Amino acid sequence: MTTTKHKVHVLTGNEAVATAAKLCRVQVVAAYPITPQSSVVETLSKIIEQGELKAEFVTVESEHSALAVCIAASTVGARVFTATSANGLAYMCEQVHWAAGARLPIVMGLANRAMAAPWSVLNDQQDSMTMRDAGWIQIFCRNNQEIFDTFVQAFKIAETVHVPVMVCYDGYILSHTVMPVEIPAQESVDAFLPPYKPHTILDPAHPRNLNPVTLADPRRNGDGELCHGYMELRYLHQEALLNAPAVITAVDQEYGKAFGRSWGGMAWGYQAEDAEILLMAAGSLCMEASVAVDRLRQEGIKAGVLGLRVYRPFPKKELIEATKNAKVVAVFDKSMSYGNEGPICADLKAALYGSGSAPIVHGYITGLGGRDVKYRHLMDAAKTSLTAANNGISTKASEWINCQI
Amino acid sequence: MGTRDCGQKSAMSSPCIGEAGRTGDWRSTRPEFDPAKCLAVKAGRPACFQCWAYCPEGVIKKEVGSEVDLTYCKGCGICVEVCPSGAITMIPEPEEE
Ligand code: SF4
Ligand code: SF4
Repeated sequence: MTTTKHKVHVLTGNEAVATAAKLCRVQVVAAYPITPQSSVVETLSKIIEQGELKAEFVTVESEHSALAVCIAASTVGARVFTATSANGLAYMCEQVHWAAGARLPIVMGLANRAMAAPWSVLNDQQDSMTMRDAGWIQIFCRNNQEIFDTFVQAFKIAETVHVPVMVCYDGYILSHTVMPVEIPAQESVDAFLPPYKPHTILDPAHPRNLNPVTLADPRRNGDGELCHGYMELRYLHQEALLNAPAVITAVDQEYGKAFGRSWGGMAWGYQAEDAEILLMAAGSLCMEASVAVDRLRQEGIKAGVLGLRVYRPFPKKELIEATKNAKVVAVFDKSMSYGNEGPICADLKAALYGSGSAPIVHGYITGLGGRDVKYRHLMDAAKTSLTAANNGISTKASEWINCQI
Repeated sequence: MGTRDCGQKSAMSSPCIGEAGRTGDWRSTRPEFDPAKCLAVKAGRPACFQCWAYCPEGVIKKEVGSEVDLTYCKGCGICVEVCPSGAITMIPEPEEE
């Protein structure tokens, strides 16, 4: 076990992100301001200007360029960082796919915010959900300590599996709320996170083209070696994501040994072992769900929380295991797959299909565009679902909580 | 044996002739030269070379009596357009079975 000279600071979520980036010794930061992420890079630019971190801070004219700079810097072997929210992420979209396909270990902070139109700067999780198929790892945090710890873990995960990581945390609810955050000493972080060794080394003596036009079928290169076609590269990417849960879990455990805190790897439970009804969500909503569960237990209802920490890769195995004894799972999505249902709900149903012991799954849409979610809303939903399940109602349309239409 | 043996995680290639693939596979028509009309051939010395200058694939030799590397000629017909003396015409490739 590493000895830590840790200190407890009172930090906003955004300050926790900036502090983590500093202790991870990021070498290049490029970002464009957008609410509610802006204070992450404001804080980092101050840290860099004051000479506390030897890094290049590249100011750019857009989020698209921010990620393009990060891609270039990561390609030549720098540890890089950026952060954004909502429309900024959407503006990056092309480069989000590029970073993943180029298999670069970029770590991005995403202060989750609602997508416009209509304009909103408040929280929901539509922004990251919209990017779920780009091939990044997406990790959701429930409090500011988890944000800090997850960032340190994220660089290690990204640099092991060669897939970029989006660390998602709820805008305002976490980004602008102060909490005590234990910050480890630089030496402990250094011991946990060795410098990045790139797989894309550029050498003037052996010039290379990176991510060139790749034709449909495999072909031989100049040395006669058979190289991947487009599909083979995509297969490897999917393989890396399918192998990532083992790495994510191991890194979380190793972090626990070094720093005394682990966060459940892919998914976690609270009062979940004997729960008849599980309240499932991602991010800070899980903390509200924990309050709801305590109250439901006081009323004699066996309720528990199923916290989704990693949304991509989707933890099918862990969720089948975690839900196998429950009667019903109420899934609370802070986003919508328009024309279908909440994305976490739909993915959970798909994961359980054919698994043998599938519980009933009910979907709830909640907290869109910053609509407040109270524990009593979650309690009411849990009771509705449990009553429906006890009456044999296995399917019901997604319910929109506190929608006053 | 699959492509896994190349050991690459992302797409990479070393600069070499045809590193982006056999662009000649795209061709449905090929350029044919009539040396009797070519200005360079008629002059008997290096001249004109518009076809060499404009070929986007760089597959026309800068020599009197131009030759095309058909492995990479993609059949775009630009050489035909730029030739001032009508010395090049596109002729159809045989249909693939
Ligand atoms: S210009 Fe086009 S058609 Fe002519 S030789 Fe070049 S690639 Fe072939
Ligand atoms: S452009 Fe035409 S005339 Fe000029 S060198 Fe080429 S073939 Fe000959």
